[in-house]
Amino acid sequence: MAEIVQEEGHKGKGKKKAKKHGTHIDMTPMVDLACLLLTFFMLTTAFNKPKVMAIILPEKPKENEKPPELDKSRALNILLVDHDKILWYNGLADPNKILPTLSQTDFTKEGVRKLLLQRNKELYGKISKLNKDVVEGKIKIPRDTLEARIKRMQKDDRFGPIVLIKAADSVKYRNLVDIMDEMVIANVARYTLVDINQVEKMMVKNYFRTAPSVTAH
Amino acid sequence: MGKIKIAVKTPRIDMTPMVDLFFLLLVFFILTATFRPEEAAPIKTPTSTSQTPIPDDHLGTILVSNKDKVFFNVDNGRDSTDHIRAKLLLAMGAEYKIKFTPKEIKKFEGLASFGLPITKVQAFLNAPDAKTREAMQEGIPIDSLNNQLAMWVRLARTYYSDVQFAIKGDGGANYPVVKKVIAVLQANNVNKFNLTTDLKSIELPTDFK
Repeated sequence: MAEIVQEEGHKGKGKKKAKKHGTHIDMTPMVDLACLLLTFFMLTTAFNKPKVMAIILPEKPKENEKPPELDKSRALNILLVDHDKILWYNGLADPNKILPTLSQTDFTKEGVRKLLLQRNKELYGKISKLNKDVVEGKIKIPRDTLEARIKRMQKDDRFGPIVLIKAADSVKYRNLVDIMDEMVIANVARYTLVDINQVEKMMVKNYFRTAPSVTAH
Repeated sequence: MGKIKIAVKTPRIDMTPMVDLFFLLLVFFILTATFRPEEAAPIKTPTSTSQTPIPDDHLGTILVSNKDKVFFNVDNGRDSTDHIRAKLLLAMGAEYKIKFTPKEIKKFEGLASFGLPITKVQAFLNAPDAKTREAMQEGIPIDSLNNQLAMWVRLARTYYSDVQFAIKGDGGANYPVVKKVIAVLQANNVNKFNLTTDLKSIELPTDFK
């Protein structure tokens, strides 16, 4: 609008045109700076955020409450000992009866992972089938429902092992994370952290005394 | 004969598209960058197959270094006007009869993890530089007689009701220390917590489908 008014005002007179030449700005310093900053941010950006592993421990029984009974036939005791070794036995170690024999394994995929997967075959099979069906699109359910279903399967599990993880005081934190991770991989429904008791300490000692070839390191 | 003169010109390159691109990338990287404040100790976390990323806020972290020192860190809340850290330090001071000046509280809010007995926090906050501060971090006492970590956790639960806890331990930390930390959490009715780890892939045994 303003332009039109202006044009009318100058009607008839020779309009002086200012010679236009594109102002050239030297962009080099700006580009230098932009490039420098870009490099800085690219190098300092950490793309992978650390991950977390959720741990849910059973609530501590109250003073006047009895701890829940454990089904002995399903109990699988995993003893973490020095030098990344694992010893395990089934059932409960009762000092008044014959003590169960210990077996040794390790943190490799053919070691404790195989043991847990074999023990937890049924539940593991069910969960991985469900996961596979969802990935392949045979079953269409939202993520929350899937998680809830897996949780329910784990809760209803009647055959899988109840794993008692007992770590000796000499182990490293890494071992604890590893064994917890094995539980998640094998979809073990019930596991908990327990202190190693005197009987088990003795069993471990005896094991390494009678099997000296294994202790060589 | 007229000689044809070729004007020697430096060729001008139009840098505009390049600059556009540079700025676009620059803005992207600036916006995605997260600045992590200095940690009290270098911690190399163990690996796990868990894919859950660490929550952005409402996080109380208990760090365990490979020298078995324990550190604590809590964020300032999603809305930093909550001043969670300030409240926490004041409450902790009240518990141990230490008065902090507003300047010290402000300084505390800006720091990240810390690991020293509450009696030494004042000197820590007034330290001239980061190097002096680092030398002072001797770990939070966690013995049954003087369990200051338990107090921190309890107060964090009181003043920061939706706080989640994470244990960020070094792979080489000794288990008994971590066991004590877990016991502290359980004593404060925290049965659900996180272990901070790095990612690794799942491998199944060869004859297992």
